[in-house]
Amino acid sequence: MNLGRAMLAVLRRDLQLAYRRWGDVASPLMFFAIVTALFPLALSPRAEDLQAIGPGVLWIGALLAMLLSLNALFRQDLEDGSMELLVIGPQPLPLIMLCKSVGHWLVAGLPLIALAPVLAVTYHLPVDAVLALCATLLLGTPTLSLLGSVGAALTAGVRQSGGLLALLVLPLCLPVLMFGARATALAGDGEDITGPLFLLAAFLVLAVSLVPVTAAAAIRVSLD
Amino acid sequence: MLSAVNLTLWRGYQCLFENLSFSVGAGEGLLIRGRNGSGKTTLLRVLCGLTRPEAGEVWWRDEPTERCRLEFGRELAWCGHHTGLKTDLSIAQNLEFAASFADLAPDCWREPVAELGLENSLSLPVRYLSAGQQRRAALARVLISPARLWIMDEPFANLDVAGRGYIEARLAGHLAGGGLAVLAAHHDLADSGAFRRLQLGDSE
Amino acid sequence: MKLPTWFHKLASPPHFYRLAGAMAPWFLWSSVLLIAVGAYGGLVLAPPDYQQGDGFRIIYVHVPSAYLSTLVYAIMATAAGIGLIWRMKLAHAVAAAAAPVGAWFTFLALVTGAIWGKPMWGTYWEWDPRLTSELILLFLYLGYISLRQAYDDPGKADRASAVLALVGVVNLPIIHYSVIWWSSIHQGPTIKKLDAPSITMEMAWPLFTMIIAYTLFFAAMLLQRVRAEVLDRERNARWVAEVVQLPAEGR
Repeated sequence: MNLGRAMLAVLRRDLQLAYRRWGDVASPLMFFAIVTALFPLALSPRAEDLQAIGPGVLWIGALLAMLLSLNALFRQDLEDGSMELLVIGPQPLPLIMLCKSVGHWLVAGLPLIALAPVLAVTYHLPVDAVLALCATLLLGTPTLSLLGSVGAALTAGVRQSGGLLALLVLPLCLPVLMFGARATALAGDGEDITGPLFLLAAFLVLAVSLVPVTAAAAIRVSLD
Repeated sequence: MLSAVNLTLWRGYQCLFENLSFSVGAGEGLLIRGRNGSGKTTLLRVLCGLTRPEAGEVWWRDEPTERCRLEFGRELAWCGHHTGLKTDLSIAQNLEFAASFADLAPDCWREPVAELGLENSLSLPVRYLSAGQQRRAALARVLISPARLWIMDEPFANLDVAGRGYIEARLAGHLAGGGLAVLAAHHDLADSGAFRRLQLGDSE
Repeated sequence: MKLPTWFHKLASPPHFYRLAGAMAPWFLWSSVLLIAVGAYGGLVLAPPDYQQGDGFRIIYVHVPSAYLSTLVYAIMATAAGIGLIWRMKLAHAVAAAAAPVGAWFTFLALVTGAIWGKPMWGTYWEWDPRLTSELILLFLYLGYISLRQAYDDPGKADRASAVLALVGVVNLPIIHYSVIWWSSIHQGPTIKKLDAPSITMEMAWPLFTMIIAYTLFFAAMLLQRVRAEVLDRERNARWVAEVVQLPAEGR
């Protein structure tokens, strides 16, 4: 069995679907932009204040935007029966779940990273902080995609799962959020952030090795 | 080759069947009959390994399927109640995916699709097709697979007479070639010679 | 991997139901006795703290609750793991029964921690690493309970929540240490914590008594709750009808 071909096929189909439904891809992005625009209007437009809250707000915005797109990650697959075929197929399910997470990140995570610097400028973040924001998002959002896939797999068969998904996934994402936002703020103050970056990378490695197996077990329960 | 050993299944707090055992050999078909809610679909899902039975096992060749999932998956073609087609993609895209996922030749689906009369709607998103056409496309996925075992839930739903005839002929050919088939159907097959029957619950 | 036979015998629902029914009162009464002893020792015999006065006495509730909040999560995740791997329904019932108790202990630890924080820090809430971890633990419990509620089918609820409990137990240390490290690189005004006063024997023994008493209380609650779970799950079994002695038409 050609595993690589099957994994690429799963990834390719998810990207084709995202292309056909580009509105679903765009709405988390718009959500990200709107949420970050709310804070200056609600709190204060002063540059010092914005610089102080910017890293946290941008990271929380990115986290919530990813959460928004997670709800639909497996729902369609479960409803049209295509998940059944992936589960009983001849390929190891954890690797298929990894492909689904990679697909989710390409569609929901990568655009956020492209948009983040633009939003960071509106918060008057210094160049170092903007670079740190992109670096931490690049290392952190794949972990969020992976952790989210477990929550999405557990709630895919449940009605009205939006709030439940947030309750399950957000506590797990806290370490990534804390270090991502903190490292961005530290970089803005001109400090060295290699430590937090390595930590975020460690989280990613841990998630890649443990999450796909868990997500596979979870989706089997949802299909049962 | 495929055997169910002492299957017991509960749905919620209700028992669907208890200690159900049967086996299907090479070249044999099994037709599962029973009224709505008797657990036909659930039994098929148990056979595929999608639903876990309360007790009992499903064996394929000499092993429980739980212990040889990938090998079993290679020899199994499943056509469930849901078509498994992505409605935003065309039939061609759906079947190309199926071929790549099962590692088959990229255009192996052209012949069955032509015989099923779908070649004029190949590039249309599946959601614009009729229920019968969608069912045909889903069945084409089974027909292209080299699997020994076909498990189909109501394969004739929404099909016209010609479609039914074609699928029945392909089923007969599959069994004649040493394949196995397990079907749940409301209607009897026109030529059910190679099929044994399994009645779940009271007869209708 | 095979489990020993005594384990399977214990896991048989009617056997467990009777055994747990016989054991629960012993746990309950010994815990009531120890709570009385510990409360007397902690509230009357122990001297007031030289810095916090009588305020410190809340530790006799706070510390056992905080200790049990994590212990219960570990028990819950272990039971869930056993249930998932060996398909043991009783283990799933234990996990399901433990969760709400653990959530209440976590809540109690948070509330007593906040009340204690007022004299210690001058505020009810500080984003102190321990309190923050405790709050996140509460969210993990609530997520577990909500996920169980969301499923109609008990078997699916068992397996889904077991997966979640295992994810949680792997994440809990990561979250805990992340919060600690995060506080250490936090540059805001750090709270000047009072030095942990060397605890005297007169203060310590009631605390240990209370910890044991709370653990016994949890054991009693768990056994009773698992009995109720078992009855609910086995509602169609003949032994349940015999045990509960329902009128014939009520079965």
